[in-house]
Amino acid sequence: MTQASEQAGSTSATETIPAIQMAGIVKEFHSRGDVVRAVDGVDLEIGSGEFFSLLGPSGCGKTTTMRMIAGFEEPTHGEVRLYGASVLGVPPHKRDVNMVFQSYALFPHMNVFENVAFGLRRKKTAKDEVTRRVGEIIETVGLSGREKRRPRELSGGQQQRVALARALVNQPRALLLDEPLGALDLKLRQAMEVELKRIQREVGITFIYVTHDQGEALTMSDRIAVMNEGRVEQLGTPRDIYARPATRFVAGFIGTSNILSGPVTSAAGGSVVILDGDGQHVEATLRDGLSLSAGDTAEITVRPEKVSIKPDADGCAGCRLRGTVTEVVYLGTSTNYNVVTSTGDEITVFVQNSDDSAELAERGADVWLTWDPRHSYVIGAQ
Amino acid sequence: MSAPTISPAPAPAASGSARPKARKPKKTGERLLHWFTWLIIIWLALPIAVVIAFSFNNPHGRFNYSWTGFTLKYWGPKLFAIPNLTTAMEHSLLVAVVATAGATILGTLAGLALGKYKFRGQGVTNLVQFACISAPEVVLGSSLATFFLQVRIQEGALTVIAAHIMFCVSFVAITVRARVVGLDPSVEEAARDLGASPWETFRLVTLPMIMPGVIAGAMLAFALSIDDFITTEFTSGSFMTYPLWIWSVSRQGLPPQVNVMGSIVFAVGVLFAIANSVISRRRAA
Repeated sequence: MTQASEQAGSTSATETIPAIQMAGIVKEFHSRGDVVRAVDGVDLEIGSGEFFSLLGPSGCGKTTTMRMIAGFEEPTHGEVRLYGASVLGVPPHKRDVNMVFQSYALFPHMNVFENVAFGLRRKKTAKDEVTRRVGEIIETVGLSGREKRRPRELSGGQQQRVALARALVNQPRALLLDEPLGALDLKLRQAMEVELKRIQREVGITFIYVTHDQGEALTMSDRIAVMNEGRVEQLGTPRDIYARPATRFVAGFIGTSNILSGPVTSAAGGSVVILDGDGQHVEATLRDGLSLSAGDTAEITVRPEKVSIKPDADGCAGCRLRGTVTEVVYLGTSTNYNVVTSTGDEITVFVQNSDDSAELAERGADVWLTWDPRHSYVIGAQ
Repeated sequence: MSAPTISPAPAPAASGSARPKARKPKKTGERLLHWFTWLIIIWLALPIAVVIAFSFNNPHGRFNYSWTGFTLKYWGPKLFAIPNLTTAMEHSLLVAVVATAGATILGTLAGLALGKYKFRGQGVTNLVQFACISAPEVVLGSSLATFFLQVRIQEGALTVIAAHIMFCVSFVAITVRARVVGLDPSVEEAARDLGASPWETFRLVTLPMIMPGVIAGAMLAFALSIDDFITTEFTSGSFMTYPLWIWSVSRQGLPPQVNVMGSIVFAVGVLFAIANSVISRRRAA
């Protein structure tokens, strides 16, 4: 695709400079005499060509962060840089980034072609170049033959593609997407996730994706910043964030996670033991920068699919914990067990239904939970 | 002059499946509603029908009050046989066109501001607008007359136009505001994001989107202005408009030309209303 090569050519010189830098960003809103801090000290560096997600619950400041990149909001403190150059005070129409809005925000009085051509025409692009580039991008998003349609004649998924094409045709230095799949039904959303990733690879533009849907973020992103209450809780690849949540919030927000807490009985070699004896053993890995000593109370997390259910713990060297099954839910591909442990914590276990044999344990059965200590992480201490 | 339809309902989306109309036996309630609807339509249309019918009357005396025979002669050159009436009609059209233009521009700006922003004095502005609409016209007119007298402004075409703009602005502002409130603000943001300056955003995106409201407001303003009597009477001085002329001669009898002109004004209004609804249907389609 020509756009990809052009993009690659234009950015090769600036590859070392991040596409977007946010340094010490604070955004305060004033409402009825109160000051609300929507964004409270965000530092981010987003690389050129990266698919980067801002993930968090509503009101966490992710949309405000994105709007500061687009220029619809100015930070109260801090600086936004696009390819090294500060864009403070630059109005949205003079910033080389484009946005895909949650409501699509298509121009209802223009047809698909005119919608997509809007940005190029504002830049006084030559007529035949407009025709060529609009045609190309409409093909990329799979809308060929619908150029003359009005937005209201298109389905939700098609409108979504028009919104995407309208932004991408300008070959922006970054594309900002504000929950773009929120209005689509599940099937279409899953199809669009794959589609978005393909388009991003094809055009090679930096995507910054705002979502509250962890599934979308995990599926598409190169890196994710999990936000909560105006701050970045954790920054990393989808695998990092899912497998090694850094905080209790991240552990709870992404996927299902089990949290166990107890006093540290021994700490050595980057791991802590919070339970040992009576045949039971619970151990967890310490994350960098966190140190605990015996007597502290540690909170640890382990993902449900990492835990196995067994009738006894004979010959098991890792973590082992006794419990009673309180609920068994058959989910088709997997079976979900709720177990109350001897420590009084509630643990969820996913077991893949790899054969059709009967359930591993019935409700009320006494079982052993076992897992590899590499899969449990300390997420906090009290 | 009848008021044109304010906001034509958007055409229902043409459903792809052509369903054969099954004739079900109607219930008494439905039947009653059906007849009642027609009764209302006839009731509303009757005065207009009388005006149009009597424009074809051939009265023997000065009074065009009883049917005396059919003629087309007043629809021909005889239409302009009464110079004072022709001048009055010209004046009315002039005032209506200028007042509509003025009220539409001012009202659109006011409607945009009221619908889009929160500002100090917004509540008061809204209140004054509704006060303008609900205040008795006699009070409004006489106050204006006093005002023009106090500041020593000679009453005439200009004072009539100023007064008409004043009472039409609120109607335009309210119809435009209703449209603006229904807009998705991110559409304007999208235009800015795609490189449109604030002015381009207004011209290419905002204005086309609020256009149905602007047109409806303008038609309302024109309809209100061209047949206004009370305010005009108080502010016109010796300036004669169509409604004023009719009033001044009504005791001596009205010539059929009055009916013809009234019918024409009405027909033009209806044409505009139809055109507006056809255009919005096309936009919607």
